[in-house]
Amino acid sequence: MQKINLEVNGKKISKEVPDHTILSNFLRDHLNLTGTHVGCDTSQCGACVIHVDGKSIKSCSTLAVDVNNSKITTIEGLAKNGEMHPMQEAFKKMHGLQCGFCTPGMVMSAVDLLKNKKNPTDQEIRKWLEGNICRCTGYQNIVAAVKEAASKL
Amino acid sequence: MKTFNYHVAKDSKEASKLSSSNSAFLAGGMTSIPSLKLGLATYKDIIDIKHIKKLSGIKVSNKTVTIGATTKHAEVASSKEVQKAIPSLAKLAGGIGDAQVRNRGTVGGSIANNDPSACYPSACMALNAIIHTNERKIEASKFFKGMFETALKKGELIESVEFQIPEKSNYQKHPNPASRYAIVGVYLAKHKKEVNVAITGAKASVYVDKDISKALSNNFSISAINNMKINSSEMNSDIHASGEYRGSLVLTYTKKAIEAC
Repeated sequence: MQKINLEVNGKKISKEVPDHTILSNFLRDHLNLTGTHVGCDTSQCGACVIHVDGKSIKSCSTLAVDVNNSKITTIEGLAKNGEMHPMQEAFKKMHGLQCGFCTPGMVMSAVDLLKNKKNPTDQEIRKWLEGNICRCTGYQNIVAAVKEAASKL
Repeated sequence: MKTFNYHVAKDSKEASKLSSSNSAFLAGGMTSIPSLKLGLATYKDIIDIKHIKKLSGIKVSNKTVTIGATTKHAEVASSKEVQKAIPSLAKLAGGIGDAQVRNRGTVGGSIANNDPSACYPSACMALNAIIHTNERKIEASKFFKGMFETALKKGELIESVEFQIPEKSNYQKHPNPASRYAIVGVYLAKHKKEVNVAITGAKASVYVDKDISKALSNNFSISAINNMKINSSEMNSDIHASGEYRGSLVLTYTKKAIEAC
């Protein structure tokens, strides 16, 4: 067991976890933050993407102990005072989701993209989202949503 | 997943001391964590080396680019210094996996694992890299021993990789559309005295194609290799590509690399 201290969505957290706890499971099972989804569980699909110290990573391929002393943002941490994040608004407005399973990861990846690049081209959006797989809408509206958010942010 | 004991090492010495015949070093974990989850690997001890400051960073001199073992792919891809000194190396780093993998995965991890379709081993071979460990220096040509096998001994830790800056170079990859691993990757480097064409993805381990390299050392043009026959008998054959197809890709992507130089 290891004691880890984290800041998750602005809240300081201190927990004892078994050494081999996977971060996505820690968020879902220990903190009840089930917005982070686990799809393929082999770091291909991107449903589990969260931010660690401001950078998007796949939480299904990271140990919880490995992010000790980090700041974590999950999909639950994006909305502020009941207002959706502009990326969430844009996904809603542009119909960038259907079943919604991949959406938390898509949104978290896309937020990181706009931090690195303010007005990405379609091609840059598609390249950045290579690690996020959607199996229902196709990607047209997801790309449109990211562009919409870019114009608002 | 089987349990293990997680340790954080302060320096290379401590990392080495903590290691045993049943341990692994952890950097980005982009291969080791999925391997542990799938039960392909089990260890008693996992030794996290990410907090060893000395292992991270990029140094560029007139002749070489030295990248610390735990430097992430995203850092190499976005480094202005690397982009200027060896643009193809920055391009290679920017094409590994996806954005999230590049935010975690490291050069040391990539070469220590020596996946037959990993990108970095080809850069090491083409750019006459020297792998610096906590014990010695190893030339790339003596480092990659076979499928997932390297010259590293138990407890030996990669500290940095020193790449020789070529006159010209280019990396071309035919990626697997899901994983972005190379079905075939060709790293072409033109040095003052020689041309190295290193191939990844095609065989059990990275290699320098001696015939292509020799032909291009004599005449650096597509015409020098136009009629070359590639022996594909030892090439990997799987659902993604047959050995013959990989052989054909080797030549096609070498030509693309020459064009892009």
